[in-house]
Amino acid sequence: MDPQASNQPAVTQPPFWESDLFLNAIPIVAVGLLVYAFVTARKQPLWAEAFRRIRRNPLALVALGVILLYAGIALLDSFGSTDAKTQTRKTILDNIFEREQERTYSAPFASVTTGEPKPQKLKAPGSHLMGTDGVGNDVFYRTLKGARTAFIIGGLTSLIATPLALILGMVAGFYGKWRDDLIQYVYTVLASIPSILLLIALVLVLGRGVVQICIALGVTRWVGLCRLTRGETLKHRDREYVRAAKALGASDFRILTRHILPNLLPIVIISVTLGFSGLVLSEAILSYLGIGIDPGGGIGSWGNMINAARSELARDPVIWWNLTSASVALFILVLAFNIFGDALRDAIDPRLRS
Amino acid sequence: MRNILQNETPLLQVENLRTYFSSARGTVKAVDGVSFTVNRGETRAIVGESGCGKSMTALSILQLVPEPAGYIDGGRILFEGEDLLDRTWEQMRDVRGKDIGMIFQEPMTSLNPTFTIGWQLREAMTIHGKGVEEANERAIELLGRVGMPDPVQHLKQYPHELSGGMRQRVMIAMALANRPKLLIADEPTTALDVTVQAQILALIRELQLETGMAVLLITHDLGIVAEISDHVTVMYAGQAVEDSPTRDLFREPRHPYTRGLFASLPARNRRGQDLATLEGTVPDAANWPRGCRFEERCAYNFGACSEIAPKENPTGSDRPVRCHLWDPEIPNRPSVGLPVAK
Repeated sequence: MDPQASNQPAVTQPPFWESDLFLNAIPIVAVGLLVYAFVTARKQPLWAEAFRRIRRNPLALVALGVILLYAGIALLDSFGSTDAKTQTRKTILDNIFEREQERTYSAPFASVTTGEPKPQKLKAPGSHLMGTDGVGNDVFYRTLKGARTAFIIGGLTSLIATPLALILGMVAGFYGKWRDDLIQYVYTVLASIPSILLLIALVLVLGRGVVQICIALGVTRWVGLCRLTRGETLKHRDREYVRAAKALGASDFRILTRHILPNLLPIVIISVTLGFSGLVLSEAILSYLGIGIDPGGGIGSWGNMINAARSELARDPVIWWNLTSASVALFILVLAFNIFGDALRDAIDPRLRS
Repeated sequence: MRNILQNETPLLQVENLRTYFSSARGTVKAVDGVSFTVNRGETRAIVGESGCGKSMTALSILQLVPEPAGYIDGGRILFEGEDLLDRTWEQMRDVRGKDIGMIFQEPMTSLNPTFTIGWQLREAMTIHGKGVEEANERAIELLGRVGMPDPVQHLKQYPHELSGGMRQRVMIAMALANRPKLLIADEPTTALDVTVQAQILALIRELQLETGMAVLLITHDLGIVAEISDHVTVMYAGQAVEDSPTRDLFREPRHPYTRGLFASLPARNRRGQDLATLEGTVPDAANWPRGCRFEERCAYNFGACSEIAPKENPTGSDRPVRCHLWDPEIPNRPSVGLPVAK
């Protein structure tokens, strides 16, 4: 036993899911999986044709570019290292865009504070692209921080809701009878509860962390996709090729996973892409209502920024940059996802019809 | 005849098969007591118009009747002497695609659009325990055998890159992959061009001679029946109305319905005349008439027809005819050109 060691204040080792290794590995795995999915899909004529169509659609390319830009910002905010001394994690984004904290509000590119009876000189005059907020944080930097949260909310919720919807929808559509009745009953009941009430209840029970909000959103968001999957499965179940597969002696599991699922994928992917923007908006709405991401947690959130901006609009002079910055960032991402989702649907649909 | 002399059990023996559908209008008796046999190596055709239950008969053999509405109400389906209806769903999977292959009417939709031909052909074999390498070799061999010009290249193609005739060839290759003893062909040429039809029929015939498999052919085309079948079952309104060796049926059709079918065929000696049609439609399957089901459309109907259902084989001969005209026990039968049973 080393007496010195026991005297020192114990340096608390962060749990594994907060370690740099884990936090840096997640985005790599996520990007890797997406690239793998893309490369695999390109070999399929349906997708190869869809990608060709998208390449010929300038609007879709712009939307995709915007999405990739946001994704790039989110990635910059994902890789980082923990400072051994201060025990705080700094991401690449933090190192580039973080500005010195000012006293209070300041307008974009201003050199003095706003809202104080006697304007004070800023510590970093002219460097705040979108000004600073009430406690002197750089608004542009905070807006950029929101991108990662948006992608986590959209991605993780999709990861929770999609498998749930797919499995239940396929089982209901393929087997029918009591399984169909049961699953339909469950989602009809769920859909008849106002989703915002359900969300509030779930968030209150689970807590206000990002993962908890994703779970809450996932639980309320699978119904639409489940309905879609059930209907599509019902359609494919009676197709000749499914009957042909049965006549070859294929098991139900094989027919569901190997024959029906690949035929559902295009429509599922379109639906998830279009749903993504709704999820990003949901986060903002929840945060605006004060039941979203905990504003004290240091996690970026456009909803929290908009929420904070509520009182600012009543001030004189009007503090507009906080609200504008967050709203525009949110608006552009949602618009880009909607345009891209529509383009994806148009690119795939003609082949679905034939 | 050959098989009776050899005293073999027939490959497939369907006895009194009943396949029903429950619907809002009541129980629809799509197949209502059908019996026939298929001997080893021979071709049995089931012929009849749309909705007579011939496809459902074929699907019932593999127990692929559309669920949940359809179900097999009763009867026996003896395959090599064993009743397939006693098998569980899991046990049926060993029969499907291995002992009994099946090809369908619509080659355009019978292949999964998301996978290559090769994948689907290999799957037909790997399901029944073949290794991937072995399956691949056999797939190439099969595609060559069914007359695809470039088998190795075709393996990589997707269904939409092939024509209807080509797809049907692929379907046949899939059905034959595990060397089945029986091939069920449900209107295999209906969706194809006439020239391609002849090719596909010739191919089936050829493969049959080569492998010695039996074929159960579902069709509405008497021309195809004449071309490749040994025995024919004529179906009407869910029942077999006549069962006969093909040659005898064409020489002397006995049931009024069969006669109607032949009369409606275009023929050289009736050139210039209008084609004869069978007036009326098949009665409602949810509510079959009490008497003969063909009575309303029959040119020979008489008093007993609307009252008493005809027996399946009133004469007890080896050419069953479900008709009162052939039943010696029915009094006052008109003699209207139909030869009297021996």
